Amino acid sequence: MEDLSLHILDIVENATAADASLIFIGVVEDLGKDLLRITVKDNGRGMDPDMLEKVRDPFITTRTTRKVGLGLSLLEQSALECGGELVIHSKPGEGTEVTATFQRSHIDRKPMGDMGATLVALIAGNPHVDFLYTSDLEGEEVELDTRVIRVELDGLMSMNDPAVLKMIQELFKKEQ
Amino acid sequence: MAKLTVEDLKKIKESAKGTVSLRQGDYRVKIMVHMGTCGIAAGARKIMGAFLDKVQESGSTDVILTSSGCAGLCNHEPMITVEVKGSAPVKYIRLDTEKAQRIFDEHVMGDSPVAEYALAVGSETTY
Repeated sequence: MEDLSLHILDIVENATAADASLIFIGVVEDLGKDLLRITVKDNGRGMDPDMLEKVRDPFITTRTTRKVGLGLSLLEQSALECGGELVIHSKPGEGTEVTATFQRSHIDRKPMGDMGATLVALIAGNPHVDFLYTSDLEGEEVELDTRVIRVELDGLMSMNDPAVLKMIQELFKKEQ
Repeated sequence: MAKLTVEDLKKIKESAKGTVSLRQGDYRVKIMVHMGTCGIAAGARKIMGAFLDKVQESGSTDVILTSSGCAGLCNHEPMITVEVKGSAPVKYIRLDTEKAQRIFDEHVMGDSPVAEYALAVGSETTY
């Protein structure tokens, strides 16, 4: 993956595949500790301890189309490469929380990339799933809650309407 | 803090009145961008962006853009599947934004699949 926003797009697809209805994505930096932390928390079906133990193994996957699953493995590699780690908590029936930390100033730390494009792709592909995204990077806070947008659209438009998606993209362009 | 405001949302709701009902249930064409790890690493998000631009530009209300997972042909990513109602679905492989634009113009809007970018057309020949 070229940047962190692509990693996020990739592992959030795990959450949607686990039938989550609400997915929280948080990106924060701690300048004092020189850390960048990405959290993805879902209310999907979760994993049992057995699966949790094996899930970082590239040769473990729930998919049926091929025998390798690289999403979490690649994210863990990216975190380890810059002095960070990948922590996964999960409970069957309750959901999964994946946290990747990175040493923010590490020379190998990938750039954030285009989070707007990631959210647009996620919402377009999963219009019935709700996403709550918050970030606090370089003093700029961004919040996007599809539950709020959904109420406001009032059933007149669906979340994946190109006009809505375009607006979400614009929100992030303003930030950059 | 950057947030979508209620005013922003009202504006698009107004501007899109009357054109949106189609997209909710009934559609003519569905474009599925394959977004497994392989697809994402190969550039699927850019392809999604290109189609989003084209759908908006064309003003069409009967085209759905969505994503799907890995189809098991990771070496051919980025891939999409275009389903025109009433016709066989077509899988396109090794895409870039230019190919995506052409597929939109010719297949999605013009109903004529772009054979040269497709995974396969038919499966056997007798010659």
